[in-house]
Order: sequence, then C-alpha cells, then structure tokens
Amino acid sequence: MDVTLKNLTKRFPNRNKHIHTDVVAVNDFSITIPDGQIVSLLGPSGCGKSTVLNMISGLLKPSSGKIYFGGEDVTELPPEKRGIGMVFQSYALYPHLTARENIMFPLQNFKGADKLTKEQMAQRVNETAELVQISEYLDRKPGELSGGQQQRVAIARALVKLPKALLLDEPLSNLDARLRIQTREEIRRIQRETKITTVFVTHDQDEAMSISDTMVVMKAGELQQIGKPQQIYDDPKNLFVAKFLGAPPINVFFGHVRDGYLYIGEDAVLPITSEKEGEVFVCIRPEGFVPAPDGPFRCSLNSVDVMGRDVTVLFSHPSAETKILRAIVPSENVIPLAPEVSFSLKPAKTLLFDKTTQERIAFSVR
Amino acid sequence: MEHRNLKAWLYLLPAIAFLAVFMVYPLVDVIVYSFEEGYNSASQTFFGVGLYNYRYILRDPYFLQALKNTFILVIITVPVSTGFALLISYALSSVSKLRELFQTIYFLPYVTNTLAVGLVFMILFKKTAYTDGLINFLIKTFGGNSVDFIDGPYWAKMTVLCIYTVWIVLPFKILILTSAFASVNKDYYNAARIDNTSKSRIFFKITLPMISPMIFYLIITGFIGAFKAYSDAVALFGTKLNAAEMNTIVGYIYDMLYGNSGGYPSFASASAVVLFLIVLTITVINLSVSKKYVHY
Repeated sequence: MDVTLKNLTKRFPNRNKHIHTDVVAVNDFSITIPDGQIVSLLGPSGCGKSTVLNMISGLLKPSSGKIYFGGEDVTELPPEKRGIGMVFQSYALYPHLTARENIMFPLQNFKGADKLTKEQMAQRVNETAELVQISEYLDRKPGELSGGQQQRVAIARALVKLPKALLLDEPLSNLDARLRIQTREEIRRIQRETKITTVFVTHDQDEAMSISDTMVVMKAGELQQIGKPQQIYDDPKNLFVAKFLGAPPINVFFGHVRDGYLYIGEDAVLPITSEKEGEVFVCIRPEGFVPAPDGPFRCSLNSVDVMGRDVTVLFSHPSAETKILRAIVPSENVIPLAPEVSFSLKPAKTLLFDKTTQERIAFSVR
Repeated sequence: MEHRNLKAWLYLLPAIAFLAVFMVYPLVDVIVYSFEEGYNSASQTFFGVGLYNYRYILRDPYFLQALKNTFILVIITVPVSTGFALLISYALSSVSKLRELFQTIYFLPYVTNTLAVGLVFMILFKKTAYTDGLINFLIKTFGGNSVDFIDGPYWAKMTVLCIYTVWIVLPFKILILTSAFASVNKDYYNAARIDNTSKSRIFFKITLPMISPMIFYLIITGFIGAFKAYSDAVALFGTKLNAAEMNTIVGYIYDMLYGNSGGYPSFASASAVVLFLIVLTITVINLSVSKKYVHY
C-alpha cells in the first residue's frame, strides 16, 4: 500500500499565551511513499518529522491537507481504524506483561469475523517472534530484556497484526552504537522479508542513508528533498541538504564566480561556465580534494591523521565558514608536513549554491 | 572494616536511641502489661502473671461489640472508598476542563476538621422532636419511613458511620490516584489506541496494572486506618460509645485506660495486643495476595 500526503499542514497554538500566531510544525508537505519501500524522514530535531509520522498514524490530526492510504482518504479516520503498526521511541511495551503477552495484545483486540482462536494467535505470535528472532525470550518481561531485545519485541508487536504500514519513531535512538548498526540491518531485513511499507523517523543521516530506499529530508516543517540516498548526497538541491548529509561534513567556503573562473579567496580553483556570476557558497565534499603540489587551491595545513585505509587532512582557509576543514584522501598520497598544502578539486564533488537563496547553481568545467 | 562498622553505628546511635526509648520500649512494655493481672500504673504493682486479661476482654461484651463494629467498618469502608476513589479519579483524569476546580473540591474534606464534619453529618442525619433532618426528609419524599440515624437502630447508626468514614478517607485516596493516573506514560495509551484496544480493556489491562502499586498502598493504609478508627465514631455519637453500641477497638482501649477513674491498663494493653495481632495478620495476608496482582 502506498501512502500519499497532500499539502499536509500542522499548526499548534503557541505555548506563549501572549503570542497569538500559531507554531507551524509542518507546512504544505506533500510526498508519496511507494508501496513496499522503506522510507526515512530525516531532519534535525524540531523539523516536524515526528509530527508527520503521528499524522500518518492518526494520533495527530492535520490542520489541513489530506492523507491517502492506497487511494483511500484516511484523513478523518482515527488511529484504531487505520490498520497500521507503530513502534514508539520509548517502545511502550507493557511492563507487566511478558514479551509473548505484549505481542499477542493487538491480536486479542480483533473483533467479529477477524477474531482468532487461541491456537491461531499463538501461531501468529510464534511466527512473528521468529521473524524478529526473539523466540527464546518470549516468557520474559520487558524489564528482563536488553534494549535491543525490547526493540525487537516492539517491532513484533507492531507487525503481528499484519498492518498495512509500519511506522517507526526514532527506532534506534535508545540503543548503543554497536547495537544500532546491528539493529538497523535487522530492520532492513525484516522489511525486505515482509515487504511492508515502512516509514521511519530519524535525525541520524547514517541510519537513514544505510537502510532507506527513499529518503525525505526535512527542515523547519518543510520538505527539502526526496530521493534515493546516494542521489541526494551527490545532488543536493540546496545548501541545507548539502550540509546536513555526509560525515565528516561538507566543507563550506565563501567564493565567487568571475570571468569564467571559480574563486575561493584569491585562488582561481576551477575554470567553469555558469549561468550566474558573483558571490556563491562553494561546498566541497571531503573526498573532493586531490593533493597536488602545484594545485590551484592553497590552504594552511593543520595536521594529517593517518587512518589506515585513507588519510584525513585537517586544514584551514580564511574564506571558509568553519575554522577546521577536512579532506579525506587515499593513503598513497604522502602529504609533506609543511605550513601549506595545495589541492586540485574534483568538479563532481564541488557544489555551488546561491548566496541569498541558497539554491544549487549548475555549472560545467571548461 | 571493624573501624568503619563502629563509625556507622555511631552515626546510627541517635536514631536508634530515640527509637528504642520511644518505640521499642513502650511496645515491649505493653506486651508485658498485657500479661500482668491488675497492673496499677500509680503504684507499679500487679497481682500475678497469666492470660487472665485476655480471658477477660474476650468475654467482655463491650470488647466483642467493638471488635464486630471495627470489622464491619473495615470490610465495608476499605473496598467502597477505594472503589469510589478509583471511579472519581478516573473521571477526573478524563476531563480536561475544570479539572483543577474539581480536584480542589474533592480535596476539601481532607483539610476539614473531623469533628466539624461530624457535626455536619449529625445535622444531616439526626432526627429530633422538632425536625427529621435532611436525609429523613429525602427518604420520606421517596416514600420511606424516617429513621433516627444517630440514636436509632444499630444498622442505621452503622450506615452513617460507614458513609462518614468513606467520605473522610476519600479525598486522600483521590489525590493519590489522580496523580497515579497522570503518571502513566501516554505512549502506552497511544500504542493501545493504534492496536484498536477497547476503552475497558485499556483500563483493566493497562491502566490498573500500571497504577497497582498505588492502589495496593491505599488498601494497606486503608485497612490499618480503619482498624484504628475511633475519632469518627466520637464525632458522630459522642464519647459514650459503649452505650451507643458504636465503640471501636481503639475506643475500647481508650475507655479501659481512662474510664472509671484510673482505668484498667492491663485490659487496655491486652486489647491493644489483640488489635496489633489482627492488623499484623491482615497486612501479611495483603502483602502475600498483592504479589500476584501488583506490578512494580
């Protein structure tokens, strides 16, 4: 089942009673989540991603706009009628019930023709437990399970009723780093096996990039960009998306385009043709620097960290937005320890953005 | 290690000394008195040692009456008040408007003096030569016969005492339970809603287990409080409780200590020990039953 959001807007009354303008948490948000995909809503905290998720689940009512589940308008349907499964950030496992009872809980709510016999319920619980690999812990209470196991129980509880869509709110934020990587692969596997349309919310770009088919980047309640993770990384629409994705982060310089050259400071770093001239943001991915003794881009070298596979060069430049800049180069390159280091730039890893609108500027290398 | 232990005991000493003098010693003393026949606190003398005091009070009709009254009071008021408190606080946590106003209203009885409330109840329930009182007026409007609830038949007096006790203990229970309801994480309710759980199932399968420690606390303290009831009966029926057949165990102990100029401390001690054993037994039963139903 695909999920379509059309012009979704959510306003909250202002907490400060003296200000009568509403807080707009989500503004005119339209996306289509394709059937059977795993889609991440990514953005910094407070960008409205959880609000979008809660509107899909029905726990929040949109101020305006429509929500469609596979063509059916569900905007006015209460959450219990939407047939979705949801995993909460806190997992919300009932602490007084065992894992088995927790997973069985949604099944016991079935009424009328959907009602299951005890044997059917037990079988469904066992199948789901097997899918998320917690069969041996079914008789433990949530308090006796580790964070990762609790997470699996929560996913099993959401999946056991065979929902039309699975919603996950920051599913990995309560796990430690190692478990997080393991669990995200697990979520990916479960999603592939069940082929259930899955939407998850995260502020962690690694998480989003590694498991989603489609990534939705949000900022301040508005859609920034939607697409495949690699495509968004390579081809960000605006400065925010470019800066938000990538670790280490993209390097931002204040530059300008003049007479067919891209300048950073006094250095003409690339010969280009571009429709716009004047001041621009120049963003260069860490992997976009090639060390070259006579390269056009001169910077002051801070230090060189040898990481084995590759080398991180820490340097600085007066026209940069941040004090410390990072380049990642293959370890064959020997960087002489000198006060200065020079690079040439990979055009594909160099992005230009308008100084005022912060939108992407297309250019080609001469 | 030795040294540190010594230091620990030194720090504990003030508290231990205080507890020993004012708690443990009197407790032991009461048990000792209860076995001493005809103990006189003025002359510090007694005739002999044995079970005579227990034999006496267990044959005393006033003590048996007090025992019966106390048990009726406990069995009726603890479940009724806890049930009402659950109902009211659940309703309170469901309304959003005026919740604070209602909370204040329900809490008012708690800060009102017991005797003043007793006076109000007297006015409501008492039947005199001049007036039948408001409750009797209501009974008559609905076609019943008026009853004197304060000086009338036993069941009528017991009814008033039970209503009064429930009314007095209700506010504290409501206060505790409203905060217990409020402390349940909203995610549980959201999760239950998404899974299409009915309201009653949410209440019995999620809310009640979640607040069970608080309910259990209220039941335990409710039992103990009801067993120690005395002032409620005084507020309604005055100090001549034996004559009114409305005495409680604590009232009986009080009468034994101070009645008949000088009193009978041995009998009082014996009844105090009996009360202690009853409360202890009930609490132990409560604790063992609760293991199955209370989820911490």
